[in-house]
Amino acid sequence: MVREAVISVRGVRNQFGTQVIHDRLDLDIFRGEVLGIVGGSGTGKSVLLRTILGLNKPALGRIELFGHTRGDMTPAQSKAVERRWGVLFQDGALFSSLTVAQNIQVALKEHLSMPQFLLEEIAAVKIALVGLPPEAGPKYPSELSGGMRKRAGLARALALDPEVVFLDEPTAGLDPIGASAFDELIKNLQATLGLTVFMVTHDLDSLYAICDRIAVLAEKRVLVNGTIQEMMLQDHPWIKEYFHGPRGRAAVAAKERNALT
Amino acid sequence: MSDQAVGSQTWFDVSEDAASILLRPMGDWIVVHAAAIDAALLTVDVYGRKAATFDLSHLGKLDTSGAWLLYRTTRTLERAGTHVTVAGASAAQATLLNAVAKGDKPIHPEPPLGNVFTNIVVRMGHALEDAAHTTGAIVSFLGLVLETLFRTLLDPRRLRITSTAYHMEQTGLNAVPIVCLITFLIGAVMAYQGAEQLRRFGAEVFTVNLVAAGFLREIGILLTAIMVAGRSGSAFTAQIGSMKLREEIDAMRTMGLDPVEVLVLPRVIALIIMVPVLGFIAAMMGLMGGGLVVWLELGMSPAMYIERLYEAADFWDGAVAFVKAPFFGLMIGLIGCFEGLKVEGSAESVGQRTTASVVEGIFTVIVVDAVFSIMFVKLGI
Repeated sequence: MVREAVISVRGVRNQFGTQVIHDRLDLDIFRGEVLGIVGGSGTGKSVLLRTILGLNKPALGRIELFGHTRGDMTPAQSKAVERRWGVLFQDGALFSSLTVAQNIQVALKEHLSMPQFLLEEIAAVKIALVGLPPEAGPKYPSELSGGMRKRAGLARALALDPEVVFLDEPTAGLDPIGASAFDELIKNLQATLGLTVFMVTHDLDSLYAICDRIAVLAEKRVLVNGTIQEMMLQDHPWIKEYFHGPRGRAAVAAKERNALT
Repeated sequence: MSDQAVGSQTWFDVSEDAASILLRPMGDWIVVHAAAIDAALLTVDVYGRKAATFDLSHLGKLDTSGAWLLYRTTRTLERAGTHVTVAGASAAQATLLNAVAKGDKPIHPEPPLGNVFTNIVVRMGHALEDAAHTTGAIVSFLGLVLETLFRTLLDPRRLRITSTAYHMEQTGLNAVPIVCLITFLIGAVMAYQGAEQLRRFGAEVFTVNLVAAGFLREIGILLTAIMVAGRSGSAFTAQIGSMKLREEIDAMRTMGLDPVEVLVLPRVIALIIMVPVLGFIAAMMGLMGGGLVVWLELGMSPAMYIERLYEAADFWDGAVAFVKAPFFGLMIGLIGCFEGLKVEGSAESVGQRTTASVVEGIFTVIVVDAVFSIMFVKLGI
């Protein structure tokens, strides 16, 4: 089966001053997969995310989004592309002066025109979809816990029913129970809505639990990508350390326990 | 059979008889079309039937919004006692419909707004209560800062010299150009308008007295204080407010650092020192502005102007401003820091507190000025 690449990154070079972060970096994101991006601190995982989203302009290279090349798109085309993805920033990045329900409605109001009651209904559906209680709707982000803020951020990312969702460390700062619940949520939503998920993460449990494919950032490029089983067979010292270290082993054990029960 | 079309698009077709209705959704039921589909659904008379069937086999794409509209229609029908069957849904569509059904928990709307007039009275009451609370809180904060100040004076090693010097530069030195420009212009305007009025009864030479008394006693220092409140009081609030938001203040407390000593004192001391200095510069620039106008308009030479200034103003005219200035500085710094520490929650709060800081700062300066005026009159100065 030929997989359809929804987003392709080709030969991207990112540098800040003389410090080169990425050099000739290639990466494909295929429709319907959950792609996990791992890498040590400072390997530019977030920079890669920002580059794909267009928040950071690469020095060299080409980025193709849904068949359009960034830079060759008309403003209308890039607006259309932005409608096809949703982003969950690390701490949610919810607008602090708006309630959760209003946060979800922002993109709907900007891109579409629909009556207010329909906006309210759609917001309520999204809130329930990410597992928040209805009482969370009229609350302000500062009144929510960290885990609830992440869920609210995810609800906002899903407002326009995007095809691709970008998640920046979705489980960072959550307790283990909250983190597995969030993993479960992403997995369910991915199955229900047919999402393509691009996830920057450090959480080995998330990698085992939900990622179909893992891309390792090292030496300024995507060093290897493949399934978790393929990662376990790699010889590269950093990858070996990462997946075979104490935390890696614990995550494997947890995965196996879950498989047995 | 009829087609339900809104605009150019058909969203479903309907076959109906007296007892039952068959709806065949078609096209893409996605969020982009949600408003149109919703409007089209409203045009169908679905009520009062025994049975309704939804045949999804012609449906194109379906997303959560489309699924919601579909689900909402079936739910409304079921509540009206109609027997609903959904046929022809693919596995993915069925999952989506189930997920949406779980989302049928309406958000509790915000409590209804009351009567407009009672609301006005209620808001006035709240505002008054807030004002009283704020006044009380500022007075107790003043006490706290003064206590910390005296403790620091007894143990001067605790004073943050670098920080104080930095704030003196920011609030004092960097404010000199704008203070000079504004007071020079106001001095010129005052002399010009004064000369214009006094000329009517041939007393234009007294323009000098007007400028001297006005600038040395009141306007120079008041203008300075207002500018400092706008420039530095607001900056203090925003700085401390953003630190509060990022939990830096809490971090300080856990490390045994006293935020009043570390953040508030250097800023307040900087203003207590720099407001008099700026006030002096302001008075001089105002006199120069007035002198220029007097020279050009009345033909009074600068030497003559200075001589007349000596006659018009005595020692206390100049000194009064410098008695008041440190108190202005204290109150502006105090309120700026106080409002900064009151920031909580969101970025919007920083904005509200900064506005409050400037308004309260200027208000307090004018109240303090009035108190000093009465005091000086009673003392005969």
